[in-house]
Formats: sequence, C-alpha cells, structure tokens
Amino acid sequence: MQALFSQLVAGLSLGSVLLLAALGLALTFGQMGVINMAHGEFMMAGAYTAFVAQGLIADAGTSLLLAIPLGFLVGGVMGVVLEATLIRRMYHRPLDTLLVTWGVSLILQQAARDIFGAPNVDVRAPSWLSGSVNIGVTHVPAARLFILVLAVGAVVGLSLLLKMTALGRRIRGVVQNRDLAETVGISTRSTDRLTFFIGSGLAGIAGVALTLLGSTGPTLGTSYIVDAFLVVVAGGIGQIKGAVIAAFGLGLLQATFEYSTTASVAKVMVFVVVVVFLQIRPQGIFSVRTRSLA
Amino acid sequence: MTDTSAQISGKNKRSYPSFLGFALGAVALLVVAPAVLSDFRLSLLGRFVCYGIVAVGIGLAWGRGGMLTLGQGVFFGLGGYVMAIHLKLADAGPSGVPDFMRLYGSGRLPIWWEPFRSPVVTLLGVVLIPSLVAFGLGAAIFRRRVRGAYFAILSQALAAAFAILLIGQQTTTGGTNGLNGFRSFFGFNLFDPVNKRMLFFIAAVTLLVMLAIVWQLYRSRYGELLIAVRDQEERIRFLGYDPANIKVVAYVLAAAMAGIAGALFVPIVGIISPASVGVVPSIAFLIGVAIGGRATLFGPALGAIVVAWAQTTLSESFPSFWSYFQGALFVLVIAFLPAGLSSVNLLRNPLRRAGDLTESFPPSPPTRSADAVSLAPPEPGFSEVSAGSEGGG
Repeated sequence: MQALFSQLVAGLSLGSVLLLAALGLALTFGQMGVINMAHGEFMMAGAYTAFVAQGLIADAGTSLLLAIPLGFLVGGVMGVVLEATLIRRMYHRPLDTLLVTWGVSLILQQAARDIFGAPNVDVRAPSWLSGSVNIGVTHVPAARLFILVLAVGAVVGLSLLLKMTALGRRIRGVVQNRDLAETVGISTRSTDRLTFFIGSGLAGIAGVALTLLGSTGPTLGTSYIVDAFLVVVAGGIGQIKGAVIAAFGLGLLQATFEYSTTASVAKVMVFVVVVVFLQIRPQGIFSVRTRSLA
Repeated sequence: MTDTSAQISGKNKRSYPSFLGFALGAVALLVVAPAVLSDFRLSLLGRFVCYGIVAVGIGLAWGRGGMLTLGQGVFFGLGGYVMAIHLKLADAGPSGVPDFMRLYGSGRLPIWWEPFRSPVVTLLGVVLIPSLVAFGLGAAIFRRRVRGAYFAILSQALAAAFAILLIGQQTTTGGTNGLNGFRSFFGFNLFDPVNKRMLFFIAAVTLLVMLAIVWQLYRSRYGELLIAVRDQEERIRFLGYDPANIKVVAYVLAAAMAGIAGALFVPIVGIISPASVGVVPSIAFLIGVAIGGRATLFGPALGAIVVAWAQTTLSESFPSFWSYFQGALFVLVIAFLPAGLSSVNLLRNPLRRAGDLTESFPPSPPTRSADAVSLAPPEPGFSEVSAGSEGGG
C-alpha cells in the first residue's frame, strides 16, 4: 500500500512536469498546428530567467516568485518574435516548420552556451521549498508539490482564459473555423500571434519550475521536448483536457514501469504504449470531430 | 536530332543526365578520391559516404514519400551495433567474451549476442533487423492513417527511446561509451592502411548501388505512386491502392539503407555509441538531404557528403560557429529553398515561385504526355521544338 502510494505520488509529480512542458505545446501545436521544436529552448530561456533573477535578487523566495511572470514574458516574447519572422510564412508547411524551428533551437542552444557558459548552473530553492511535506501516507518533496500546484494553476488559468475572456473566444473561433472567424471581423493574424505568445510563455513558466528539480544547462529543452510532444500526440489535437489526461497518464505509466524495471526500459515501454494506443485511437484521447479526410 | 528526341521524351530526358551523374560519381569516388586523398582523408570521406547512404534512404522516404522520418539514427544504430557486436566477438575469439563485459559486467555473454558470432547471421541482421523494426512500426502507424506531424514525432520518440535504452544497458551494449576498439573486419586487420582503403571502396560501391536501386525505383510505376501518395494520399486511396503499403515499402527501404550505412560506419570509424544514433544525429541527417534537394536522385547523397565535410572542416577550427551555421542552414534552406539548391532555378522563375513544395514538384504530368508524343514519330509542327525550328527557317 505504502509502495503503491509512493508510486502514485511519483507518477503525479512526473505528470505535472510533463503537463507544464506540454501545455504550451497543446496550445501552439494542438490548436494552431504549428510544430515548434524551439519550445524546449523557450523552457531553457525560462530556466535561465530564474537564474538571472536570482543573481539580481538575493532572496530565493522573492526571486522565484518574480521569475514566474518574468519567465512567461521572456518565453512569450521569444515566441512572438519567432512567429512574426518565420512561422508566419510557413503555416501551410507544418512539417517544414518542424525543421526550421529545430534550426532555431540549435542557434538558441549555442547562444545560451556562449552567454551562460557550457557547464550547468544551479538555482537555489527557497527555504520553504527545500524540505518535504508529510501528506499522511508518504512524504513528498515540497518542490514537487509546488510544481504540481503550478501545473494545475496553469491549466485552470488557461481554461478560464479560453472559456471566459474575449480573447479566449477569438482563439477558439479561429481554431474551429479560420475563414468564418475572419469573416465576422476577428483579426486572425493578431489572434495567432497572441496564441503563440501565451503558448510560448507557458514554456517559460515550465522552465522556471524545472530549476527546482535540477540544474539548468543549454540542453535542458532537448531532454523534455520529445516527451512533451508525445503527450500532445497522445492527448489529441484541439483540447486542453486531452493533454492533461495524457500527461498524468504517461507520468503514472512511467512511474509504474520504473518500479518494476529500470528508468530506461520504462521509457521504451511508455513509447510502445503510446504507439499501441494510437492504433486504437489514431487521433489521440480527444479530437475535434470533423468531416475532413486529412 | 537525337538531342531533340531526348528533349521530347520525358524518360530519356531524365535518364540521360542520371547516367552522366552515375559516371561522374563513380569516377569521383572510385578513381579521383583514392588518387588524390591521403589515407586519413580517404577514411574521413568513407564516413561521409556512409552518411550519404543514409541520405539516399531519407530522400526516398521524405523527399519522394513525404514521410518526415526523424528516427533514421535508430536504423543506423541497429545496423551499426549488429556489426559492432560481431566485430567484438570476432576479436574475442571463438568462445571469448569482449573486454568491456569483463570490466563492467558479470563476464558472461548475453544470450542475444551469441547469434552474431556467425558472419552470415551478422550480414543478414544488418539488413533485416532495421527492416523488420521499420516494417512493424510503419505497418502499425500507416495502416491507422497516422501521418504528417504525428509520424514525425513518433519516429523522433523512437530515436529518443532507443538512445536511452542503449545508455541504460552498460553491461551489454557498452552504455554511453558504445562499442569500440575493433581490431579486425571479417579477418582483415583494421590497422592495415590497405584494408582501410578497401573499406572505403566497399562504402563507395555500396553508395552507388543504393543510388542505382533508388534510380530504378523512381523510374518505375512504384516511384510514380509514391509521389502521388505524397501529394494526394486520399486520391490514391480512392483509385484503389492502399497508401499504407506504398509508404511502408519506402520506409523499410530507407531503414535498410540506414542499417547498411551503420554497419559500414563501424569498421571505418571504429566506434558506435548512443551519441551517433539519438534524436540530434537523426535530425542532423536531414539537413544534407534538404540542401541537396530532397526529391532529387543525387541531391540527398551529395548534400549529406558536403555538409558532413563542411562540419568536419568548420567545427575543427570554429566549434561554436558550426552550431550557429547548422541552425542557420536549417532555417534558410527549409524556409526559403524548400527544394534545396535545385530550387535556385525556381527562384528565377517568378511564375513557379509562388507555389509551395508540392507545386514545385508536380507529379511529372509532362512525362505522360511526352511519352504519348514519343510513341508517335515526331512530325513537323507537332511539338514545340520542331515548331520553333520551322519558325527559324
């Protein structure tokens, strides 16, 4: 029972990290169909934002709380620049977008290496996140609990934004029918740009959160990007809740497999599960019903 | 007169420069390169030729088939590791155990290593194991009509999973270090410069053979179908073909080529490790293909060899510059020259410039009409060419 519960906690914790990494992708890939391989580098930028913030403000707690909105801003601005310069020209060639943004990610990685140096840097966790919390049956590291809360907060915030605000209505309108949205006077250009800003900003927040789990290096993004895309593919296009379920599902699976085998074998098994799952539901957990053949 | 008829007939028009390309390629690889390059440079070129073989397969699957495969490193690695296991066992002797296993592990040979003592099993495995993996994955994915970005991401996840698996198995695959320190290749001493030259010739001839296979495929009905599936998969389905079968064939062939390339890479370079099979090297295979022109016959191999050569030269002297350069290449070539350097011609022609990639590679409708023309004896005034000559006269 004790072991089962700690597996559950480990899975949920892993799932929340995956969710934070994939949430922005669910917006840009899921809603807009843009495959942004530089998403991982936006996470890296968020992580380095936290590092710089700590360099400026000595208090670890204040700097972390400040880094979250700052990371959002840094990631978002980078995303908008990328969208306005390159992705805008390539909406009709999604596969080529993947390769172009991969090139951008190579450049950003090398830039990080030149600015911050090749060795990893560490961000100190504030004292209130360094211990662990007793939740009755087992102990949970406070940092992991914080990430879980942050992930849930990001999902709730994003859902509210999409459901309640005028911007959210515009985004959903453009996703569901671009031409019709344009006809009723929505500027799809600026909506695309704002969607991309929010999606990339979420990557920045994910990066800030990752500094609590380990050290930050130029290849931070590369290690999460594949898993994040897998989450979106398994979750299905077009809805945030698919990504949420897929992230926690894959996190729990990974933790369960890890318990009985090793981490590397578990990773391979998770991949096999996703491929088998796509045999059953090729469009992922949720998909927008459409009559199109594509 | 022969020139005019070659211009009219699409088939001849396409095969004539291909023959010339083959002749040039064969002369350059088999005569010029061994004559002018030192042993070290020749062995380097051998490594690039291995990348070229992978690129031929990617050109088939991606350029002609539209399948963006981001996991060719897996098949490259499978072929490479099979060959490396055999070389390790051959070095260790009839019942010996490879050195690293005694260092890290129990000193007992894993059961799945045993079959690769046999050279025949090894050579079959180099081709068949990557093919079977590609067949399994391809059949599963394409039958369920998973395609486009989904396929690209899954193939990339496969590469990530494979590299992680290899790193985790320190005692049986050498982990991060990979397999290295081979002394002989099917009985030939690998330290002998003559044998190193021989390896280069094997790689070069293999590349030419792969190009010939792909060339014949492109000229065949299958080649036309593959392009049709790339451009209009649903239409092909409505015509009664199963696009999944057509795609699986191209994907398996590409995997087999990557496997063979990996197997040649091992004795030439002397090491195979997770660093040359993961996500990053798998995507790096693509840039040469894109530069050379992904749907052309010689472009992918040529592009891959040139890019690999540039990487070796540039990263020796400016390591950080190469990363920027490689990133910029991806951005500039894919965004602005989707057909590679062969699309430079399109830029000069504003009428075709507006089209996207699928439009810049029409599924050769001129061929069909040109064939019809070439069946009938060319009459004066029938074709544009003779009309032009009449006007001149």
